[in-house]
Amino acid sequence: MMQVKLTVNGEQRSDDVEPRLLLVHYLREVCGLRAANIGCDTTSCGACTVLLNGESVKSCTVLTAQAAGQEVVTAEGLAPDGQLHPVQQAFRDEHGLQCGFCTPGMVMAAVSLLRENPSPTEDQVREGLEGNLCRCTGYHNIIRAVLAAAAQSAGSQAEVTT
Amino acid sequence: MIPAPFEYVAADSAADAVDLLAKHGDDAKLLAGGHSLLPMMKLRLAAPAVLIDIARARDLSGISVDGGELVIGATTRHADVASSELVRTEAPLLAHAASLVGDPQIRHRGTIGGSLAHADPAADLPMALVALGGSVELTGPAGSRRVVADDFFTGFFETALADGELISAVRVPRRPGMAWGYQKFVRRANDWAIVGAAAIDGRIASPAEAAELAADGTSPGEDIHADRQFRQHLARVLTRRALEHLS
Repeated sequence: MMQVKLTVNGEQRSDDVEPRLLLVHYLREVCGLRAANIGCDTTSCGACTVLLNGESVKSCTVLTAQAAGQEVVTAEGLAPDGQLHPVQQAFRDEHGLQCGFCTPGMVMAAVSLLRENPSPTEDQVREGLEGNLCRCTGYHNIIRAVLAAAAQSAGSQAEVTT
Repeated sequence: MIPAPFEYVAADSAADAVDLLAKHGDDAKLLAGGHSLLPMMKLRLAAPAVLIDIARARDLSGISVDGGELVIGATTRHADVASSELVRTEAPLLAHAASLVGDPQIRHRGTIGGSLAHADPAADLPMALVALGGSVELTGPAGSRRVVADDFFTGFFETALADGELISAVRVPRRPGMAWGYQKFVRRANDWAIVGAAAIDGRIASPAEAAELAADGTSPGEDIHADRQFRQHLARVLTRRALEHLS
């Protein structure tokens, strides 16, 4: 066992873990945060996507030990007081989900994408989400939701500056 | 899937990593982004007793200029290579190749040194480094040595890395404004290349001649995705396209 200290959704944590404990298992089983799903378990499907220091990563392919000293955010951390994050709100408004299994990963990947590129084109959204699979094949509304979230945040910035 | 148990140690520096490698010997594997090694460990294709995490060694990451070359630290992530203005200007083919590795999540973790050390013939960066005439800096107990990319890749998942050595940096010639082409044939988004072709200017053959050389001069493997003949056909077509679409 080894001790790891890290921040999860803004909370400082210190836990004794096995070195081989994957971040997704740590989040689900030690922290009790079940938003990140285990889908393919082979770095392909993106259902386990979380933010590590603000950037999307697949938590089935990160050791908890590698995240020591760093900041992890899961979908639970996007809406700590129940107020939906703009990307979550856009997924809801645009019906960007069907069964919902891929949704937490899609949302986290979209949050990371919009941080790197706040005004993406449709093609850039499609390519930016290539690491996330939706087996309901509900991609059209997912793309629409990400574009809506980008437009909304561009709109709110315009309001601030005018 | 859960990897077999191992001991985890973090190296503070390249020198520390070399010491840890010497101490743990064959039982140890280096861990950078872990995006080649951890999947293998989960499938129990690899079961090292010790993982030496080099991602925290500051002297192993970063992008700088050294005379006529770009020097890219081994643990520099694909996302940082792809978005670096320096790399995009001085070695645009490398930035482009890095931008095509896996998907955004993978590029946020995977490293240039890790990809080169893994030496998957279907990967983007080994091909790009060979095309660019780049080299790797290997550091071990006896100090550092440089190996050009052509000599570094010795076979299928095999490199010239000796016991106790690690890749400390990658060097590529600075060639702003160079013409380059890059083609990759995949079955699905986020897949390994079935065939890839990278080209830079430096005329030694016409596109048609080079395409024939690429098809006849390679001996690709066969698998469920493509037989040898199909891969040779792709090599011919992609090489011609890479040369016809130099940018």
